[in-house]
Amino acid sequence: MKARIKITLKTGVLDPQGKAIQHALTGLGFAGINDVRQGKYIEVDLADTAEPAAREKVDRICKDLLANTVIENYSYELVP
Amino acid sequence: MQASVIVFPGSNCDRDVKVALEAVIGRPVRMVWHGDSQMPASDLIVVPGGFSYGDYLRCGAMAAHSPIMRDVVGKAKAGTPVIGICNGFQILTEAGLLPGVLMRNASLKYICRDVTLKVEQTDTPFTRAYRKGEIVTIPIGHAEGNYFADQATLERLEGEGRVVFRYVDALGNATAEANPNGAQHNIAGICDEKRRVLGMMPHPERLFEPMQGGTDGRKLFESLIEKMAA
Repeated sequence: MKARIKITLKTGVLDPQGKAIQHALTGLGFAGINDVRQGKYIEVDLADTAEPAAREKVDRICKDLLANTVIENYSYELVP
Repeated sequence: MQASVIVFPGSNCDRDVKVALEAVIGRPVRMVWHGDSQMPASDLIVVPGGFSYGDYLRCGAMAAHSPIMRDVVGKAKAGTPVIGICNGFQILTEAGLLPGVLMRNASLKYICRDVTLKVEQTDTPFTRAYRKGEIVTIPIGHAEGNYFADQATLERLEGEGRVVFRYVDALGNATAEANPNGAQHNIAGICDEKRRVLGMMPHPERLFEPMQGGTDGRKLFESLIEKMAA
């Protein structure tokens, strides 16, 4: 199965890249862009077929490497 | 004194720091490949600047899990002095030896220039040759030096006197204008609770002999000899 993992900055952590994107969008003429927060999307293909074991593994993968939990949150969905 | 410098794929200040250390301590410095799993006997471990693993994922994130880092963490916990410069600082935070994280500069720009620093603490093996409160000039060269930690961590760092270097103006004031990258509390360098692990964004090896235009970085390396002689 595949894990589709999203990594986002925690609320309250400044996101200068998001701000730059917001300014660019406003500069392009898009009105009403209130805020932009950017993050990462990572797909991991797992050999596991049982969901509980896969969840445990993906949690560890996120905590150990993919996300820095000082500043980032992660969430994911498992798809067959 | 035996100093060792870790070399990761993408390190680019490893030889600079080797030259600076050898000039000051007068002994050959050992280069240790990141893929090794055992550190040779060392009185000092340097995690140098550069772009380890191309800064993939997050700066320092991949290098922090290199085989050699497990032993570096163990040696640091056993008391061997470890200094991380620039990318080395990022690696030490990712490896959990120092708290917080180095985020993208507030300006989003790569900044390469001299900055003015205050040496806040001199009771570390890396800063004892400086005067407490001394104002020094040392270059930075980074795009991710914006130090961030939660409020409790910041209070702890300040309360325990673990902010070793701070960005200041010529008068020694930690103003917003003197802060090149948006770092909280103008933090340029911190140490761990045992004061044996130092992480700093500025590059002392880039200003240790007159040919480079200044020598303010030299005392950091001289501090280490004093420590070894003590």
